[in-house]
This record gives sequence, structure tokens and C-alpha cells, in this order.
Amino acid sequence: MGILEVKDVNKRFGGLKALSEVNLSVAENTVHAIIGPNGAGKSTLLNCLVGKLIPDTGSVLFDGQSVLGRKPFEINQMGISRVFQTPEIFGDLTVMENMMIPLFARRDGAYRLHAFRSVESEGELRSRAEAMLEDVKMLDKRHMHSASMSRGDKRRLEMAMCLVQDPRLLLLDEPTAGMARADTNNTIDLLKEIKEKRDITMAIIEHDMHVVFSLADRITVLAQGTPLVEDSPENIKGHPKVREAYLGEAA
Amino acid sequence: MFGLGKKDTTVFVVVIILALCAPFILNPFPGNSSLAQFNAGYPDLMQRFVIFGIFAIGFNLLFGLTGYLSFGHAAFLGAGSYAAVWMFKLLSMNVIPAILLSMIVAGLFAVVIGYVSLRRSGIYFSILTLAFAQMSYNLAYSVLTPITNGETGLQITLDDPRILGSSATADGGIPVTNLFGLEMRHFTTVDIGAWSFNFSVGYYLCAAIMILAFYVAVRIFRSPFGMMLRAIKSNQQRLYYTGLNARPYTLAVFVISGMYAGLAGGLLASMDPLAGPERMQWTASGEVVLMTILGGAGTLIGPVLGAGFIKYFENIFSKINDGVLHSWFAFLPDGLENFIVTLVHPFVGKGWHLTLGLMFMLVVIFLPGGLVEGGQRIARALRRGKSEDNGAANKASHEPAE
Repeated sequence: MGILEVKDVNKRFGGLKALSEVNLSVAENTVHAIIGPNGAGKSTLLNCLVGKLIPDTGSVLFDGQSVLGRKPFEINQMGISRVFQTPEIFGDLTVMENMMIPLFARRDGAYRLHAFRSVESEGELRSRAEAMLEDVKMLDKRHMHSASMSRGDKRRLEMAMCLVQDPRLLLLDEPTAGMARADTNNTIDLLKEIKEKRDITMAIIEHDMHVVFSLADRITVLAQGTPLVEDSPENIKGHPKVREAYLGEAA
Repeated sequence: MFGLGKKDTTVFVVVIILALCAPFILNPFPGNSSLAQFNAGYPDLMQRFVIFGIFAIGFNLLFGLTGYLSFGHAAFLGAGSYAAVWMFKLLSMNVIPAILLSMIVAGLFAVVIGYVSLRRSGIYFSILTLAFAQMSYNLAYSVLTPITNGETGLQITLDDPRILGSSATADGGIPVTNLFGLEMRHFTTVDIGAWSFNFSVGYYLCAAIMILAFYVAVRIFRSPFGMMLRAIKSNQQRLYYTGLNARPYTLAVFVISGMYAGLAGGLLASMDPLAGPERMQWTASGEVVLMTILGGAGTLIGPVLGAGFIKYFENIFSKINDGVLHSWFAFLPDGLENFIVTLVHPFVGKGWHLTLGLMFMLVVIFLPGGLVEGGQRIARALRRGKSEDNGAANKASHEPAE
């Protein structure tokens, strides 16, 4: 059984059937990509995994436990981190502070009132934050105001913030959307490096075929709210149904 | 020092010096000069400076860190005042139990109001807090009269029980508030040349508490808790997806902020043991917002400066009447004198609000960071001027330090 099991999930928005009978199994330590044309229900599915939306029927199990009805912060505490389509970071804070917050969340849980300890005195957490920044080659930017960085740097920072929590499942929502080719390639390299270095499961929603085929171990193709096929990248490339529903449409 | 960083220690020491030397700093003009009316070194006024400083420091913890703009903070100030006066009526005239109770009552108030109001953010939060404060004001005015004594306000009387103290003094007067026998209204006047400086017990108690309150605020600013609060202001979505629940954090800071307001209310009552509903009115809530923004929201020292600035205007500018203006412009020919006085008249005396309003507009437009930003700009300009004077060598030695 996979680390993430989605079973018979349905979600309607009024008259629109966004997801119907979605079944998905993400195996541990693999990169699983979910692709599909616009409006296929990729984002709806992702939002059902992180607690932003609750499916009408069906179940979502993470490591054998249901995530349904839990709040986003509870789901994160279970070990699922999420990277957003546009980088979501704490823009008013420095890079280092951005890194400290996920570390505090991991150590102290969803809430702890440390009103009299200084952030400066948290030596152990600081060195972990610095090590992570070193890994994503951002250590020299640690005192920077994070809102003033480039989009590529914000993306790296957001990933570092997720990774420093040692998540068991990393969800990426179009991590290269709107990026220049060079930035896209950097992101691919970064993700490949992460994959090699750590035991981590990733689920990626992506438009860019180049990204998908260079990273994914498994691919699920979603069309009109239903999974069309699930297979290895090699087989997906030549699959007639996929060509018809997705690649054909793009051409 | 004191577990603070180097920069914070400097700010903290500056605040201590300002607070302790206020009787000198606020009395720069000799008593017999025409500028003496700009002196603010009276015990009453100095007490107000520091008490409203405490109020603004507490408000800034909420507004400056999380960005939640509470428009009903005066409710906590008022609740604190009532609690303190009740303590004077029932227990004793010692200020310590009164101040403690005022903080507890305001804290409980804040738990209830915060629990409901913090379900919403932005303008809805502001409106909810405003609604609660106006409700409190109207209740204090009408149906809660047995507790608040309505319009007249709550006062201490000769037939209050005061179980740990005495209902009346030996000569039949109403006892005064004290700290273990040290009377709050007691003060010593020291005459040095043409100057006379007032050292009041009440002021120094307030100043000591303000210094403590400021220290606690600095610690909160630099703590993981403070960082979380800034993260809430910056991006709540990211916070939730990082495994943190914002609600307990915002409620905690709302309660702390409310307790600061309660402390200020308790001190106001300790200096002058009466409490009226007007302390809860929305104008009082608006005033602390003005103080914080004028001084610099989110900065450490800004709220204290803003509070001092507004209270100075309220008490000093409002005293300049037409008589004073005529004496200032007496050297001009009569027609011109009358013309100038007519011109200046709307801005002083009862019109001080107009001057304050204009100042506030100017600060918000040109110095969005408040008076603190003004100070920083001046400091930067001075530093630049200096390094240009001293030549390039000096400049080079300066830069690595920054």
C-alpha cells in the first residue's frame, strides 16, 4: 500500500463535477506526477489532500490515517508539506526567519508560547536552518528581506522551508509555472538532488512535460475529473488515450 | 544586557533615561519666561505620558506585530479603571492589588472579546472590536450603573468598606491612594535657579512600571512568539501550511495587549481614583491608534513617542488662548496683530485637534513609519554629511561596521 491512498473521491461544485471516482496510490520514496489539461481537476485534487477542500465522498489516507476533516496545519503536522504555484513565503521576514518558523513548527507543534526566549538563542535550530540554506545554495542570502528576492530564489526558499521539516510527502503545485527556462532547469536539478539525497515522496502537479518526464517515476493522467491512465513515463509518452486527451490537444 | 541584543539594549537604556529624567527634560524653560507654558513637567501630565505610553506599547504588540487593528482597546482601559476603583472601595487604598485586579479583569475581557473578534480579520475584526467597545461604553453608561455608577462615574466615598484599610482618615477625609503608605500624590519640588522641578511618587511608580512594560514588550518582539506574530501579519496561508495554528497566537497577543491596556487603566485610577464610562468611548480607542501610528507602528519606541506627542498637544497646545496669542504678537501693529491672531486662532486652544490632525496627515503621507522613521532619516542624513566631511578614508572604515 502506498503512503498516500486516494479512494473513490468525488467533488462537485454546484453543477460541475470536478472530481469523479478518483483513485490514486502514491508509493513511498517515488516521484508521482499528476498531469492533465486545464480544468482536469488537478488543483481540486491537491486541495483535497491538504485539507483546503473536503471531498463529497471517498477517502484520503496518509500513512493509513484519514486526512479528511483535518485542518491544513494538522495535515502538515502529519508530515505533508506543500509548495504553492506562486511561492508563498513570509515576505516581511528575513530568509533566516523564514527558515526558523517551519523548524519551530516541527519542534514545538502547532502552538507554543515562547514569549521570553530569544530567537537568537536557538542555536541548534539555527544551525539546521543554515545547513538547509547551504543545501539550496542560499546561505549568503540569509539576512535578506525575502520579499525583495527574485521569483526563482523565493521558490528555492519555499522548498527549503518545506524540506527543513523533513516531510514524508512533499506536494508541489506546478513548481515551475511562470519560470524562465533557466530557472525551470535549476528547479529540476534541485528536485533531482533532493530526491537522491533524502527519503522523500513527492507528488507533483505540472503542466510542463519537460519537468514531468525528467522527474517522475509514475504519472497519472487526469482528464475531466477522472484518472485516465496511470503508468511509467515511458509508457505514458506513447499511450494513445493520453495523446488524444492531453498531448493531442496541446498540439 | 538583560538578555537583549546590542541595539535593543541601547533603545532600552534610552527609554530608562527618558523616563527617569522626564521632570528635567519636560521642564526646559525657566518658570518666569514667556515660554514656561510649554513646560510639561507637572506630575499629572507626566503620569499621563507614561500611562498612555504603556497603553500604546500594549496596543503596538497587537497592531504592530500581527497587523490586527483593534478599534476597541479603550474598553480594556475602562474595565481596568473600574476594577481598580472597586479595589480601592472594597479592599484598601494600596495600588498594588488594584493594579493586579485591573490587569486580570482586562485580561478576562480580552479573552471573551478576542475569542469572538479574532474569527475575522481585516476590517471585520476592527468593526467587531469597535462594536464590543461601544457596547461596553453604553452598558457602563446605563444598565450597569450599580457597578459603574453610570454617567457620574465611579468614585471612592467615605462609607466604602475598605476591609484592609480604613473608610476614612483620622481627620475624617477620604484616604488617598498609596503604595504601602507612600502617597501617590506626594511630590517634592526642587528649585534650581529659575527652574522648579517636580518629583512625584506617582510619576515614578508609573515610570517604573512603564520601563518594566517596555522591557517585556522588547522580549516579546525578539521571541519566537513575536516572530510567529510577524509571520501571521506577513502570510497566514503559509503559516497554516507550515503546521502552525494562528488562532492561539493571535488570541494570546490580544489578551496580553488587553492586559497592558488594563494596566494603564489601573494606573490612571491609582493616580486619580475615579473611573467614568467616557474612558471606553470610541474616541479613546481611536486615540491609541493615532499614538501608535504617529510614533511608528511595529517599532519599539514609536508608541511611547506617539503617546507623549499626542498628550503634550492635548494638554499644552489646548492652553494657548487668544490672550496668550495677543501677548506673543503684541510687537506687531494692531491691525496686523489682530489679523495674525485670527489666523492662528483655529489651530490652538480648543482647535488643537486641527493641528494634531494636520500633523497626523503629514506624518502618514511623508513618514509612513512615523516619528521613528523621521528620526532614522535625520540620523542617516547626519551620518552621510559627517562622512563626506571627513573624507573617503573615514567612510571606508565606517562601511564594514554596517
